[in-house]
Amino acid sequence: MQTEFLLQIKDLKASIDNKEILKGLNLEVKPGEIHAIMGPNGSGKSTLANVLTGREIATVTAGTITFDGKNLLDMSPEERACEGIFLSFQYPIEIPGVSMVNFMKTAINEQRKHRGLEPLSASDFLRLMREKKELVEIDSALTNRSVNEGFSGGEKKKNEIFQMAMLEPRLALLDETDSGLDIDALRIVANGVNKIRRPDTSVIVITHYQRLLDYIVPDFVHVLYDGRIVRSGGPELALTLEERGYDWIKKEADVTEETWTTDRK
Amino acid sequence: MENDQDKLLGEVTSGEYKYGFVTDIDTEVIPKGLNEDVIRLISAKKEEPEWMLEFRLKAFRHWQTMKMPKWAHLNVPEIDYQEIIYYAAPKQKKGPDSLGDVDPELLKTFDKLGIPLEEQKRLTGVAVDAVMDSVSVKTTFRETLAEMGIIFCSFSEAVKEHPTLVQKYLASVVPYTDNFFATLNSAVFSDGSFCYIPKGVRCPMELSTYFRINASNTGQFERTLLIADEEAYVSYLEGCTAPMRDENQLHAAVVEIVAERGAEVKYSTVQNWYPGDKEGKGGIFNFVTKRGICKGDDSKISWTQVETGSAITWKYPSCILRGNNSVGEFYSVAVTNNYQQADTGTKMIHIGRNTKSTIVSKGISAGFGQNSYRGLVKVLGKAEGARNFSQCDSLLLGDKCGAHTFPYIEVDNPSAIVEHEATTSRIGEDQIFYCNQRGISTEDAIGLIVNGYAREVINKLPMEFAVEAQKLLQISLEGSVG
Repeated sequence: MQTEFLLQIKDLKASIDNKEILKGLNLEVKPGEIHAIMGPNGSGKSTLANVLTGREIATVTAGTITFDGKNLLDMSPEERACEGIFLSFQYPIEIPGVSMVNFMKTAINEQRKHRGLEPLSASDFLRLMREKKELVEIDSALTNRSVNEGFSGGEKKKNEIFQMAMLEPRLALLDETDSGLDIDALRIVANGVNKIRRPDTSVIVITHYQRLLDYIVPDFVHVLYDGRIVRSGGPELALTLEERGYDWIKKEADVTEETWTTDRK
Repeated sequence: MENDQDKLLGEVTSGEYKYGFVTDIDTEVIPKGLNEDVIRLISAKKEEPEWMLEFRLKAFRHWQTMKMPKWAHLNVPEIDYQEIIYYAAPKQKKGPDSLGDVDPELLKTFDKLGIPLEEQKRLTGVAVDAVMDSVSVKTTFRETLAEMGIIFCSFSEAVKEHPTLVQKYLASVVPYTDNFFATLNSAVFSDGSFCYIPKGVRCPMELSTYFRINASNTGQFERTLLIADEEAYVSYLEGCTAPMRDENQLHAAVVEIVAERGAEVKYSTVQNWYPGDKEGKGGIFNFVTKRGICKGDDSKISWTQVETGSAITWKYPSCILRGNNSVGEFYSVAVTNNYQQADTGTKMIHIGRNTKSTIVSKGISAGFGQNSYRGLVKVLGKAEGARNFSQCDSLLLGDKCGAHTFPYIEVDNPSAIVEHEATTSRIGEDQIFYCNQRGISTEDAIGLIVNGYAREVINKLPMEFAVEAQKLLQISLEGSVG
């Protein structure tokens, strides 16, 4: 029973600078499922991404997170990555002088080491690079440059998806991946995600808007408001939100005291 | 390159200074202290000719009138020059002609340092002069080089065997009156390397000197002289390490380079003297004068240095660009971690017409380290068409370290073009987290980021050194974040 879920978050509370941001969040994700987490600004979406990836700015004060049966909160950020959690950053970071090739090679081989595998040979690695570049339609010129250095906003997002393709995570967190993308770039990025997903890859799409969900169709949509998931549903919930905005959710949430949990059938 | 980086990341596991061991070997030392008798004794030990002794005494007398320079951005504790031992030599049979004569303890020491002295064990063509404390232990590949007319031997041997060359060039670039430490060196210098590349010869292998301090309370004062005659080429490497000791040890070297018409000299250093412990106790005081002269037209001197060691570094490898169209280059990475201090840079003196110089300096400060770049670009009145480009970048890790830049520009010719660019940046926690999120540990992330930052300089190093330097950068900065 316990390993049925890839990710299980129970009563999670987390603060930043002593201010409670997540106030008892519950979420369960099975292998292969796509969950969308939507919510207005300041509802705690980014904090959730930070907590899941182990970024120190957020402090977990209560609750548990289990990933593949293991206690995620005991793991360092790099262990979590090696266990298969990948974050597509909302604002990807530039690392001048470090080539994409070198960066990816180091990352892949660290992850392989964690799994008890030999490092990839240079030729296997380059073959993999070429394959994945084609898959996510990223320009060769980009992967020959330093990590994200001088990339446009759209190029940075594509580069995140390219890295996801290279690392083949078990759980991908897409944090506002659609922000700053025009419609063509959005389609390329979303198609990239769909192409690299294996049947058992789980995805959590964190987004403010519904439009990315036209391409990456979620199994579940959750509304995060004031540190809690206040409503869960199918893809139609995203459309309702698109139509009606978040105000009605806020009103509803503000009058209800109980905590909502993932609505499973 | 990619493979090496991987190897490097794989190999490095602990941040300890791994060259801190002491070799247990009988060492002949003279009593501590400095006076004319000590200088006579050093000269006698080396069986030097009269002119050499005279040079030393002249320098010593001058040194006594000098004061230690205070202009550097360094906090140097008082050095008691009477407490230092000026000559220490590992005891072994005189002038080992073959490897069989070298004490096995010494061979083991250099093996441990990754410098095997057995020629057949060398992976690539690198000739090594191994210097321990005050004497040269062994110079490899001498015979092979001699066939091409190349002289590569210890300085002491050169004084005996090539007195005309030594007399012609010694102190021709760094006069014995030059500065406090160069003058001290001129008085008490022990050993170092001598190299002469004859006209039109391209030296077929890298020449290198490996300096090792072993004895305690001992200063090391080596002297190196490199001469590239007309149209000659040589690439020269220098490496250095010392045991971990609680007391500070003084290292004051002089390196002189002469490039005649059309000659090219590439001089690379990976300086890894013991930097002291995390609290700033112990470590080498490194006061070094390095200078080259592009004497003839179309000559070139290029300095590349990776400075990761020493408690204090005071060092300005410089080029005097006298020949027309001559070129001077300085590429530097200097790291200060814990309580290390470095004041380092270069001087480019443009005298000839259409002379060019390039300066790329990358400072990295961590812990409580203080890192200063000090550089002079001087264009004399006759240096028509002189051109300089300087770039100096500083990278900070943490918030208790310091980076400082002291550029001096003096231009007396209106046709000169001098450019100076400077940046200061910080390794961000967000950069490290980005690497973490891809599965890369914090230590490896710092190594990756720092090597990326220093890549422009590292790329200038010969291959074997580049790998070593990358490792060093990573090791020196371990434990500096988080």
